[in-house]
Amino acid sequence: MQITLVINLVYIASAIMFIYGLKLLTSPVTARKGNFISAVGMFLAVVVTLVNGGIIDYKWIALGIILGGLFGGFFARLVQMTQMPEMVALFNGFGGIASLLVGSATYHELGSYNLFIMTTLFLAVLIGGVTFSGSIIAWGKLSEVITGKPVLFFGQTFLNGSIFVVALMGGAFLIANPADGYLILIGIIILSLILGVLAVIPIGGADMPVVISLLNSYSGIAACAAGLAIENNILIVSGALVGASGIILTNVMCKAMNRSLYNVLFGGFGSVTRKSEAGFQGEVKPISPEDTYYILEAACSAVFVPGYGMAVAKAQHAVRELADLLEENGAEVRYAIHPVAGRMPGHMNVLLAEADVPYDKLIEMEEINRSIAGIDVCFVVGANDIVNPAAREDTNSSIFGMPIIEVDRSKTVIVLKRSMAPGFAGIDNSLFYKENTRMLFGDAKSSIEAVISQFKEV
Amino acid sequence: MGHEECRAACLICMGLVLVLSIFVGFEVISKVPARLHTPLMSGSNAISGITLVGAIIAAGTAGSMLSIILGTLAVAFATVNVVGGYMVTDRMLKMFKPKTDKEKVCK
Repeated sequence: MQITLVINLVYIASAIMFIYGLKLLTSPVTARKGNFISAVGMFLAVVVTLVNGGIIDYKWIALGIILGGLFGGFFARLVQMTQMPEMVALFNGFGGIASLLVGSATYHELGSYNLFIMTTLFLAVLIGGVTFSGSIIAWGKLSEVITGKPVLFFGQTFLNGSIFVVALMGGAFLIANPADGYLILIGIIILSLILGVLAVIPIGGADMPVVISLLNSYSGIAACAAGLAIENNILIVSGALVGASGIILTNVMCKAMNRSLYNVLFGGFGSVTRKSEAGFQGEVKPISPEDTYYILEAACSAVFVPGYGMAVAKAQHAVRELADLLEENGAEVRYAIHPVAGRMPGHMNVLLAEADVPYDKLIEMEEINRSIAGIDVCFVVGANDIVNPAAREDTNSSIFGMPIIEVDRSKTVIVLKRSMAPGFAGIDNSLFYKENTRMLFGDAKSSIEAVISQFKEV
Repeated sequence: MGHEECRAACLICMGLVLVLSIFVGFEVISKVPARLHTPLMSGSNAISGITLVGAIIAAGTAGSMLSIILGTLAVAFATVNVVGGYMVTDRMLKMFKPKTDKEKVCK
């Protein structure tokens, strides 16, 4: 009794530290401290479980912790900021499989069964499995091990639905006959893994921010279900926090694309390349690094609009160097960040922070749009759909209604682009044909470096 | 209080904890600004590594080899999340710096 009391008191302290840590994450000034407090809470919860949890055998736990700690530590140190989406996707998956394994081990050890435990166990295994295999596919798409294009086939939604229903029926059977449900449990695990794969393959690369957020939420819900199954409050609290966080982010991402979650998950967006029916007025006007220099040199205000292309070209440091030169030249430089720029929520902010860009220069979409008409130059680095005026002008466009950074309303737009290929949404961009747009073709990083060398020559 | 009543109280208590946590989660996290969304995700990855607590119990109290293997694997995966998640979040947050330079006037 005493021991249980101590454990639960420490768990309450940990829960408070997690929540307080998240609260400190509301400002960049206190965020690092918040993360530290959260980590201390985790450390306490783990230590009290190790000391008082009725552990009989420590050697296996030690093995697991050492292996996991080494891998996690190396990963966290070595991962590049451009690879952050891949890492988060992979970690979501690890959270899912951990819940699945805890659920399975708990089932194996159960002496007596009841409806509540079996239901939550089933949910932990099902959601954990979907999270794991779905995250692995998301990781594969992000690191381009497998194609980033949506994989669609006839009857896909029907197949997914059927598998889901069969898994639920298996769950019902397992709950009804818990004592001899081994094969059923294995069957459920296999189905959940298949379901995770099938659920993520139809989703295109540009929609990955939504998928990662959703899988993030699932990993929390799986932990929460495992917590209910083993009647552990700290798992319930933490799982619910993570679940809530993932759902909020999913919602933010969907809003930023003006799409419903259903459309993202089942729409197969970006699988077809569509030409605008209206056709574009005007012509594409290429520009040389030298002329780019003259435009930038004369500018009083410049706004950089980064997109996934900046991450691919690892151009964030070059962008920052150019921004410094512009500032020395007397221009006011800011960065406009679209909520879905990149492959995960907040991706661009982290890349620019890595390049030492102070965070108060990173401006959110709504704010920059209010004053964008007065900006001399908008410099679009590897972004496409998030600056496509079709979202405002072309009612036939599949991105019509999506909020964009309205760079076309500024005085001059310079678009850095590898070629005229359409963006991830597979649609042409009327921005490239506008009167005030100039195209600087080539790899983003080398193009910016060419402009920088123009600055330095003078 | 009999065993059955005790059990019902326990379930209700867990339900209460769950519901309150969801509300607190929504309340706190909806205030995290967009610029910190990536650290929020990696940080919540670390928090979801709390499954480590369940994994430790599963691996440390197991009576059969199968449970030990499952539990140990769970410990390893969850530890990756905890250690990797907090470390990489710290690495990121370290890079977020406020503006230091003075205002400039364009000629």
